[in-house]
Amino acid sequence: MTTTDTPRAQTLRTYAAYAKPLWQRVLVTREFAVIALLLVVFFYSRNQIPAFDGPLTIYYLLLDVAPILLIALPMTLIIITGEIDLSVASVVGLSSVLVGDLHQHGWSIPAAAVAAIAVGIICGALNGFLIAYVGLPSLAVTIGTLALYRGLAVGILGTTAVTDFPEKWTDLAKAHIGSSSYPTIILPIIVLIIVFVLLLHFTPFGRGVFDIGLNDEAAHFSGVDVARTKFLLFVLAGAVSAFAGVYYTLRFGSARGDNATGMELQVIAAVLLGGVSIFGGRGALHGVIAGVLLIGVLGSALRLDDVSANVINIIIGLLLVASVMSTSFLSFVARTTAGMKRRATGGSPERQQASAHHEGNNS
Amino acid sequence: MKVRNKKATALAALAVSAALVLSACGGGSDSDGGGSGGGGGGGDASVTFLPKNLGNPYFDTSDKGGKAAVDEFGGTFAEVGPQEASPDAQVPFINTAAQKGVGALVVSANDPKAIGDALNEARDAGTKVVTFDSDTDPEYRDLFINQASAEGIAQVQVKLISEQIGDSGDIAILSAAANATNQNAWIDLMKAEIEANHPNINVVDTVYGDDDDQTSFDKTSALLQKYPNLKGIVSPTTVGIAAAARYVSDSDFKGKVKVTGLGTPNQMRAYVEDGTVDAFALWNPEDLGYLAAFAAKALIDGDITGKEGDTFTAGKLGEYTVGADSTVLLGDPFEFTKDNIGDFDF
Repeated sequence: MTTTDTPRAQTLRTYAAYAKPLWQRVLVTREFAVIALLLVVFFYSRNQIPAFDGPLTIYYLLLDVAPILLIALPMTLIIITGEIDLSVASVVGLSSVLVGDLHQHGWSIPAAAVAAIAVGIICGALNGFLIAYVGLPSLAVTIGTLALYRGLAVGILGTTAVTDFPEKWTDLAKAHIGSSSYPTIILPIIVLIIVFVLLLHFTPFGRGVFDIGLNDEAAHFSGVDVARTKFLLFVLAGAVSAFAGVYYTLRFGSARGDNATGMELQVIAAVLLGGVSIFGGRGALHGVIAGVLLIGVLGSALRLDDVSANVINIIIGLLLVASVMSTSFLSFVARTTAGMKRRATGGSPERQQASAHHEGNNS
Repeated sequence: MKVRNKKATALAALAVSAALVLSACGGGSDSDGGGSGGGGGGGDASVTFLPKNLGNPYFDTSDKGGKAAVDEFGGTFAEVGPQEASPDAQVPFINTAAQKGVGALVVSANDPKAIGDALNEARDAGTKVVTFDSDTDPEYRDLFINQASAEGIAQVQVKLISEQIGDSGDIAILSAAANATNQNAWIDLMKAEIEANHPNINVVDTVYGDDDDQTSFDKTSALLQKYPNLKGIVSPTTVGIAAAARYVSDSDFKGKVKVTGLGTPNQMRAYVEDGTVDAFALWNPEDLGYLAAFAAKALIDGDITGKEGDTFTAGKLGEYTVGADSTVLLGDPFEFTKDNIGDFDF
């Protein structure tokens, strides 16, 4: 080992992120820990929980997580830039109410859906304008628009609900693909997943998203249009949330002002569980998708096991805390063991520098 | 060396978090799995109660009644529900019941439509659906257990106030919001009843406290100043009656102005005990849950199908007949007085 140490340390210093072999860089990550956990919980439940292996489980599971999974995609990008959007669930509610109200006034469902998504884009654009161009903090802006959009939603319909949607459309929202146990909603979800994965991980725009999260001033000086990137992300979040609202309305056949109340926290919880750093600059979509599914599978399995809703929330809360803590815990362990090793070997300044750089990139 | 350390710690973290989740899962199945497995497998007499939300004393009371009934006929009882009463929150629990194939689901609906399709899917899977307290649209359930009819609610309130003020004098009504459907229907029936059978009682005003404690309190104060000869206040809403009783109990009007209407024992206990309120009405949620469980049992056994005219026996409550729209009426509202209020906690 000692003979190979010196050259490796030199490579580490320059390309720390690529120091490890490819399989380790892919597999030994927070994202894969979540995926592994998802598989463990899923197969454990299949074997141990009565009725979990029934044909309806996957179907209901996907129907339930669909809106969260949809919104988690743009939310991931927003959180990677170090911002947050708390208004997404209110946009879902507003879009749901609009679909209902316009349908009541004789619009067809596709026309009402397009109008609702257009309004979602406007909602996102307002968030994005205030945050990216006016420079206000996203937490404050979106707490405000959370109340604003929800208020509009409740204001339009009051306490009434619109429920007389044509069955053709409500059935479509719940239809199976062929005779499989997969609902059709996963088709648009898969398309959006592909789009967002390409956008975040394979385009200059996506590199810019990470750079902004690490240091937006540095990103600005390296040619990233910080304001435009953030603006577009909030517009995307508005559009996808509004689409989720259309789906939500048709799935439950009910447009109400209080639809999807509190969903923003479920979305953010799933994104953080999926390994995205709340401080920005770190995260990947496969982890987030696994995080959403993990929460869904856990909830489904525990409900089938007659565990009460409070206990389910406690377990998911603990899981989230443990997952966030594990990052700090890992870097603490890495620091301590690295320190011990330095003392033991007398450590060269070169190596110290390399490991500091390394940790900064990973934790 | 460094690389190896990173890998080891990452794997350790993975194992730790996996262990955490697994132990959580395992804990759940150890404590609850046995019971539910039996229930799911046994099939027939398993009754699952799904209230609007958990931790609500009203539903705790109704579920207590349901559990007593299920124990009585030897079935399996379960209670599940969301933490918040949002329109769609009950859907996953209904889906779960369908997956497990429980015999019957007893639901208080948060939304008359949003849970409808889920209920119908459960019914397709063989689960009987009974709604209680809050109904869904009729096509989504087999039976609705109605806690009280509008006529019954109107009559009991008129009866209480006429007894308390000696069947003559000025009274006022403190309602919820001006457009509250239930309250407006009850108030119209009450006025009709007073006109027909209590000619000496005069309804001088109807005010609206919007089901807000402070507004109801202020409206009570305004009523008493505007109508010094007022002898009684009827409030057909639980928020209103409690606020009115609080105002009267602290004022000079205590003992002179009677307060009655629809209230819950926990909110009204202090005012009944200090004499501000002689009696008030509501249905008994414990009986409601008890009846719903027996109705579910009758549906599971095939004794009834939910069509008009079907009859079944509900333990200590006696015989019931299914009315129009597959509805069963619990009976006349329950009157709470100083003598029986101690028996209730909701």
